[in-house]
Amino acid sequence: MPKDHGIGASPKRREDLRFLTGTGNYTDDINLYGQLYVHFLRSDVAHGRLNKVDTTDAAAMPGVVRIFTGDDFAGVGGLPCGWQVTDKHGQPMQEPGHPVLAQGKVRHVGDPIAAIVADTYEQARDAAEAIVLDIEELPAVIDMKAAVQDGAPKVHDDLTSNLCYDWGFVEENKAATDEAFKNAAHVTTLELVNNRLVANPMEPRVAVGDYNRSTDESTLYTTSQNPHVIRLLMGAFVLGIPEHKLRVVAPDVGGGFGTKIFHYAEEAFCTFAARQLKRPVKWTSTRSEAFMSDAHGRDHVTKIELALDKDNNFVALRTETYANMGAYLSTFAPSVPTWLHGTLMAGNYRTPLIYVNVKAVFTNTVPVDAYRGAGRPEATYQLERVIDKAARELGVDPIKLRRQNFITQFPYATPVAVEYDTGDYVATMDKLEQIADLSGFEARRKASEAKGKLRGLGINCYIEACGIAPSNLVGQLGARAGLYESATVRVNATGSISVMTGSHSHGQGHETAFPQVIAEMLGIDESMIEIVHGDTAKGPMGMGTYGSRSLAVGGSAMVRATEKIINKAKKIAAHLMEASDADIEVKDGKFHVAGTDKSVAWGDVTLAAYVPHNYPLEDIEPGLEETAFYDPSNFTYPSGAYCCEVEVDPDTGRVTIERFSAADDFGNIINPMIVSGQVHGGIGQGIGQALLEGAVYDDNGQLLTGSYMDYAMPRASDVPFYTVDHSCVTPCTHNPLGVKGCGEAGAIGSPPAVVNAVIDALHSAGKTNVTHIDMPLSPNRVWAAMNA
Amino acid sequence: MAQVSMTVNGKAASGDVEGRTLLVQFLRENLHLTGTHVGCDTSQCGACVVHVNGKAVKACTMLAAEAEGAEVRTIEGMANADGSLNTVQQAFQDHHGLQCGFCTPGMVMSASALLAENPNPTETEIRAYLEGNICRCTGYHNIVKAIMAAAGQDVSKIAAE
Ligand code: FES
Ligand code: FES
Repeated sequence: MPKDHGIGASPKRREDLRFLTGTGNYTDDINLYGQLYVHFLRSDVAHGRLNKVDTTDAAAMPGVVRIFTGDDFAGVGGLPCGWQVTDKHGQPMQEPGHPVLAQGKVRHVGDPIAAIVADTYEQARDAAEAIVLDIEELPAVIDMKAAVQDGAPKVHDDLTSNLCYDWGFVEENKAATDEAFKNAAHVTTLELVNNRLVANPMEPRVAVGDYNRSTDESTLYTTSQNPHVIRLLMGAFVLGIPEHKLRVVAPDVGGGFGTKIFHYAEEAFCTFAARQLKRPVKWTSTRSEAFMSDAHGRDHVTKIELALDKDNNFVALRTETYANMGAYLSTFAPSVPTWLHGTLMAGNYRTPLIYVNVKAVFTNTVPVDAYRGAGRPEATYQLERVIDKAARELGVDPIKLRRQNFITQFPYATPVAVEYDTGDYVATMDKLEQIADLSGFEARRKASEAKGKLRGLGINCYIEACGIAPSNLVGQLGARAGLYESATVRVNATGSISVMTGSHSHGQGHETAFPQVIAEMLGIDESMIEIVHGDTAKGPMGMGTYGSRSLAVGGSAMVRATEKIINKAKKIAAHLMEASDADIEVKDGKFHVAGTDKSVAWGDVTLAAYVPHNYPLEDIEPGLEETAFYDPSNFTYPSGAYCCEVEVDPDTGRVTIERFSAADDFGNIINPMIVSGQVHGGIGQGIGQALLEGAVYDDNGQLLTGSYMDYAMPRASDVPFYTVDHSCVTPCTHNPLGVKGCGEAGAIGSPPAVVNAVIDALHSAGKTNVTHIDMPLSPNRVWAAMNA
Repeated sequence: MAQVSMTVNGKAASGDVEGRTLLVQFLRENLHLTGTHVGCDTSQCGACVVHVNGKAVKACTMLAAEAEGAEVRTIEGMANADGSLNTVQQAFQDHHGLQCGFCTPGMVMSASALLAENPNPTETEIRAYLEGNICRCTGYHNIVKAIMAAAGQDVSKIAAE
């Protein structure tokens, strides 16, 4: 019997009731009395000198309250970068300024130049058309390799070049790695592109700034995955507002996928303008604006080489990657191609020597930062593609080659500076072979061929490092923040509980899953527990939701705070029963004296805490509320094996996904229904990356894929039902729940499976000269490859 | 500014709108029915789907003035009379057919329109019908499953939770 409550059960999500009845409260649903609207006039050239912004006529248009330009932000800080990478020579990365509104130059299509504040959106938009711009267009740099050539136009005149950093990891391994390549029996080389993506949460970004004259407090309502982080960055670095005068609220948020982690100019603008104008100021992004102002993801160009010995053991791995930063450094951009990518290059395999080189490059494009998986999908993709290519070159079975090189002993210290605590890659591969029905593949291939289609099978493994992250470690690596999480468990007098967590929920179902944990610990009903998140005024400092960290880090903080509650409650119960607190046990919502039939109910203890008439006041304080901050001692390492079967139409090159199976090890699982949903969503995005999505700039820096007309989002008919399994469990050893995190796995594990499958399909038709096709595998790319 | 009047979720509604005011703006801003969402500006995403005279319509592609005299139903008007979730809504909750909830109102409105037209759709028909509704969270698995379940089909053989 599956459990019907507590850890391991799948209760229906309580948040669904509001979302299914139209009573959710998203940021755009918030309207404040006296509110003004802002429209941003954005650059339509990729690179240009801003000679003049003449707002005279526009300012006189109906309804216009004020027009702001870069000059208004002369004394205001720019948008900060939260991670400083040190290059291979020990020098800090080049870090350009990032003004709220463009100053002196525009550097990408979409760079905001002026902000028109008016009584209505329509008036603001109308007035924008009356602003006269004098922009001297400059040559744009779009291609990364061209951008780092001598003499290339510079995105930032005050930097020495467009190279943000040239990072080597681990630099001490380089010579030995090169040597191993010289002595290798076989070397497989692959050059590939990890395509630029737009995260596209369905809710566009929104910001509403408010200012209270009587208290001098500012409030920002915003579509954020981490409101406390926004308060810190915006308050301390941009606007100079102390935290106690600044409240950031992220109510219901319609998906994030990374792109709502970062602090954006529009948030700072609305907060700033509301203070200036003493009225609320609201901005709602259109989808078109989102394409040119939300941070994009991926965009790596990589050469990877794998060296094997004569027995097909991996002996060394070497990569060189160009990583696009775009025109400015978004909040966590420098960390993505480095510490979230290089550290994952060992994958699931014993490769003794690894060297990773990453050149991060400024271009005249929208900034690039974390998107679901962030660095880890890029690592997995190149590694799992080069292994597949090696297997073909060597004529060995790709599963066998992987199995032969699996890490099987844990803990395992990789040559790229991380230590995997647990995993069982053989078990997930065994599970995959079963759920994907590999033994039935040949029959399915024949059936496809009988219809005139090619059929291919692609397999890959993945490892993820998530549950980010130990603060002292990331501090050494350049993070300008800690990565703990907090929880306050407030037990009310009648026994109900409010839990204030820094882990924001924007689809992950925390409001349902987190109470399962506490209910299990206390033996009370989940309905007595409410999760409160998304408001800096309500809970302690929290770091937010990203990197599959909410349960592993935020959940652990909740467990720690609940343990404190239990300790104190036991003392109260012991007093009430005149027993020793050492003898008190918590079970089924009651406190028992061990070995007796004496007990007091949860509600009696909580009431005593707040009505302390019969209470050990000399020993403990009244009240029952505890806070814990949890800082993890390591990353967590979910892993798995994925399988995709495709059909390729040889006449058109069109690829369809026929089957997709995922066997994951997420450690312990709190709510299997939610976990499956997270994997489904990740796979959907991974299939999107593999087959459909790609943000494309032309040579002048015009974004050719600026709407859903040109940027192909995966639709229901592009994907099949997925078979997902998470019954392989090796619990995490270093957090109290033994959980690893599941949010990103699907997006990390799926693109290589799709591409491997397409190559397999082509090879089945004798197209053995096709060793790689870059994503997205559109019909025209596949057809061209087949007919080259 | 011109007056428009229509019936929304069974109640008379009217307001002053500009000629360029979209139906979705009228619903959200004038009537404060914020359950209908806006996810794009090219009529692609379906977050804004409502029913106009019984047909699924993208409320971002229709002017408020064009809905003069129409019967409009939004997500706020879908629950049973006693406030409980209707069959489609309940199936979405039962089968975890939503995560962030932003696409959900449009999905429920489209699914309801599909089932009104075709009470027993196949998986392929459901996927094809959802062509105009984008969801970024669910990978569609549980949305399609929920709609099949709402149609009374046995979904227990479909993989996973
Ligand atoms: S808002 Fe996207 S289709 Fe209407
Ligand atoms: S549930 Fe988030 S977009 Fe569909």
